[in-house]
Amino acid sequence: MTKAITVSGLHKSFGRTHALDGLDLSVETGEVHGFLGPNGSGKSTTIRVLLGMLRADAGAAQVLGRDPWTDAVEIHRRIAYVPGDVTLWRNLSGGEVIDLFGRLRGGLDPHRRDELVERFELDPTKKGRTYSKGNRQKVALVAAFASDVDLLILDEPTSGLDPLMEEVFQRCVAEQRERGRTVLLSSHLLSEVEELCDRVSIIRRGTTVESGSLAELRHLTRTSVSAELAGPPNGLAALPGVHGLDVQGHRVRLQVDTDKLDAVLRSLSASGVRSLTSTPPTLEELFLRHYQDEVTAR
Amino acid sequence: MSAADFAVRPTTARQLAGTGVLLRFALRRDRVMIPVWVGVNTLMVLSMPNTLKSLYGTAAERADLVARMATNSSLRAMVGPVLGDSLGALTAWRAGVYAGALAAVVGLLVVVRHTRDEEESGRQEMVASGMVGRRASLTAALLAAAVANGALALLVAAGLAGQGAAGAVAFGLGLAGVGMVFATTAAIVAQLTESARLARGLTAGVLGAAFVLRAAGDAATDDGSSPLTWVSPLGWLTNLRAYAGERWWVLGLFAGAALAQGAVAYALAGRRDLGMSFLPSRPGPAAGRLRSAGALAWRLQRGGVLGWSAGFLLAGLAYGGMADGAAELVGDNESAREMFRRMGGRSGLTDTFLAAMAGMLGLVAALYIVSSVLRLHGEETSGRAEPVLAGAVGRLRWAAGHLAVAFGGTVLLMLLAGAGLALGHGERAGAIIGACLVQVPAVWVTGGIAVLLYGLTPRAATAAWGVAGAVLLIGWVGPALDVPAAVLDLSPFGHLPKLPGGEMAWPPLLVLTALAAGLTAAGLAGVRRRDLTT
Repeated sequence: MTKAITVSGLHKSFGRTHALDGLDLSVETGEVHGFLGPNGSGKSTTIRVLLGMLRADAGAAQVLGRDPWTDAVEIHRRIAYVPGDVTLWRNLSGGEVIDLFGRLRGGLDPHRRDELVERFELDPTKKGRTYSKGNRQKVALVAAFASDVDLLILDEPTSGLDPLMEEVFQRCVAEQRERGRTVLLSSHLLSEVEELCDRVSIIRRGTTVESGSLAELRHLTRTSVSAELAGPPNGLAALPGVHGLDVQGHRVRLQVDTDKLDAVLRSLSASGVRSLTSTPPTLEELFLRHYQDEVTAR
Repeated sequence: MSAADFAVRPTTARQLAGTGVLLRFALRRDRVMIPVWVGVNTLMVLSMPNTLKSLYGTAAERADLVARMATNSSLRAMVGPVLGDSLGALTAWRAGVYAGALAAVVGLLVVVRHTRDEEESGRQEMVASGMVGRRASLTAALLAAAVANGALALLVAAGLAGQGAAGAVAFGLGLAGVGMVFATTAAIVAQLTESARLARGLTAGVLGAAFVLRAAGDAATDDGSSPLTWVSPLGWLTNLRAYAGERWWVLGLFAGAALAQGAVAYALAGRRDLGMSFLPSRPGPAAGRLRSAGALAWRLQRGGVLGWSAGFLLAGLAYGGMADGAAELVGDNESAREMFRRMGGRSGLTDTFLAAMAGMLGLVAALYIVSSVLRLHGEETSGRAEPVLAGAVGRLRWAAGHLAVAFGGTVLLMLLAGAGLALGHGERAGAIIGACLVQVPAVWVTGGIAVLLYGLTPRAATAAWGVAGAVLLIGWVGPALDVPAAVLDLSPFGHLPKLPGGEMAWPPLLVLTALAAGLTAAGLAGVRRRDLTT
C-alpha cells in the first residue's frame, strides 16, 4: 500500500509557542486514520501544514506524494477539507456554497449531493448567516462527501451535530472507505474514532506519542476483569501486569495489561470460576493514560 | 434615551440593568475609533477660521462673497447659504454641512456597531445571558453615541469661542444634534434589518436623502427658509444660524427628533426577539452557479461596487450641473481663484472647477479601492478564505479575483463619474471623461500600497486606511492651506496632469501605473510566501 500522507519530524512555532515539536504521521492509502489529541496539541496546525496554509519550520511532509507547500493546488484538486468551525458567507445560500466548494475541488457528483442534502436534512436555500453551528457543519460535510476526491481531511467535523446526524456522518465515512478513499479524521470523540478508524495516531504537545492499528494499541491497554470464584483466589497479586486488585471474599475485580491476560485467566480458573465478565479496553482508557502524566505533572 | 420610561411592565430599572457596564465596555471597544473621528471632525472645523481669513481677509471681500452666494444657487446647493459675513458665520457655513454629515456618520456607526452587529455575530446572546436588562444594550449604544457627540460639541464650542461664545456653543450643539438624530435613526433601522451592513447602508441612505433635500431647498432660497431645508436635519443646522442671530429653539428640533426616534426604536426593540428583525431575509438558490474563486469574489463584492457606482454617477451629475455656477461665484475674488487654481486646473474657471471635482472624486475612489483590497484581509481573518484555498485554488488566483474587482472597479467608478460630470455639464464629454480616467493610476497606487501592507504585514493591513486618509487630507486640505510642495508631492494625486484645461502628460501616468503594478506584485509575492493568519 502507498502512503497518502507522510509527515516526519514536523516543527512549527508561532513566536515563542512551539505548536509542533517533531510530529510524525503516516496515513496509508484507503484507510480511515484517526488523529487524536487534546485541545491545543497541534492537530489543526498539522492539518493546516498538510493543506499548505502554513509552512513548516522544519521536517518533511508529503500529501498524495507531493509537497503540500509548493504543489498545493494540484493536491487540493484531490482533497476535500472540513474545518471544525465552518464560517460561511452571510449572504450566500448553503446550496451555493456546496456547489462552489465542489467546483473548487475536482468536481461534485450532483446526484450524490442531493442525496446527501436529504440525508443530512439540510435546507440548502437558507443564507449563511441564518444557519446554526450544526447546519454550517453540514454544509461543509455535504460538499466534502459529494466531491470527487481521493483524500478527505476532516478536522473535528462533527462538532455541533446531533447524535442522529453523527450516525449519518459515520455511515458516510464508511461509504468513503468502501470507495477506496483515504480519510484523515481528527477528533476527540473517542467512540467515533473507535467505530470508524483502521489506525490511530495520538499526539500531545506537538509530538506523536502513539501510532498504530487499534489492535496494536490495545496491547498497551488494560482489560477489566471481574469474576466470582468457587474458592478464594490464589497468587493473583504476584502475577505480572495485574493492577487495582480488589478481593471481597470470593469476588475479584482487577485490571490486567492485555498481553498478560492469559496468566490471570489460568490463575482464576484454578480457583474455579462461577461467573466472569471482562471488558475490552476502550480507546478512552488508552487516551486517558497518555494524558494522565500531563494531569499529574501539573 | 430617556424614552426608556414608556409602557414598561417589568420596572425600567430592571430593563436597564447592566447599562453602565455595557457603556464602559462600548467605550473601551471604541477607544480609538471615537477619539479619531471626533478629533478629525474638530480639527476640520477649527482649521476653518484661518483658512477663510487667508481667502477673505477684509470685510469687503467677505461682503462680496455673501452677495455672490445669494445669487449662486448651485453652490448653495453644495455647501448651504451664507448667513453672515463674520469669520464665525463663514466657518459655520463652510464647515457646517460636512461636519454635520461626519457627526451623523459617527453616530450611526457607533449605534449599529453596538446593537445589530452584536446580535448578528451572536455575541449579544452571551451578553444578554448575563445580568443585562432588555433595554440595556440599545441604551448603552445610544449613550456611547451621546458621549462621542458631547465631546464634539464641547471641543468645537471651546475651539471656536474666540469667534464669539454664543455662536460657538450653538454650532457645537447643532453638530452634536445632527449626530444624535442620525444615531437614533440608526437605532430604528437596526431593529428592522437582520444584517448590520444593511443597517449602516440604509441609515447612510437616509443621510444622503437629508443632504439632497437640504441641497434642493438651499438652491431655491438664499436664507435656508425653504420647506425642503426645514425637512432635513442638516438644514436645521443652517437654520440654527450660528453666528448669524442664533435661533436657539431650533435645538429643540434636534432634541425632539432624537427623543421621538429613540422612543420608536425602544418600542420596536420591545416587540421583537433577540437576533430577529422586522425585514426578514429572503432564501437563496438551492443550487449555485459560482464556478471559481474569481466568481465568488465578484459575487461578494458586487453589492458594494453597485452602491459606489450609483454614488459616483450621481455625484458626477450633481457637480457637472454646478460647474457653470461655480465659475460665476469665484468671479474676481483673487485668492479664491488662486485656491481653485491650486486645487485644480490652470485656465478657465469652469475647467478649474471640473478638474477639482474630478480630483475630488479620484480621492474618494481611493477609499473604494482600499475597502475592496482589504476584503482579502477580511476573508482571510474570518476563516472564510481557508476552505476556498483548501480547494484547487492557488493563493494568487484567489487574490486576483478580489484585486480584479478592486482595480477594475476603480476604472468603472471613474468612468461613471466622468459620464455623470459630462452629462451634468452638457458638453465636452470626451475631455471630462478623460479628466476622470487620469485619476486612475493614482488610485491604483493607493490600492497597491494596500496590497503591499496586506501581503507583507497582514496584522497591519488596516493601516491602508491611514494611507487613504493621508492622501485624502493632503488632497483636500493641502491646497487650501499653504502646505509645502514636498508634502503635496507625497500623494500620488499630486503628480497628475490637471485636466480639463491643463496639458496632458503621459510620463507621470505611466510611472504611477508602473509603481502600482510593482507595489501589487510585491504584495502578492508576500501573500504567496507567508503563513495564512487564522
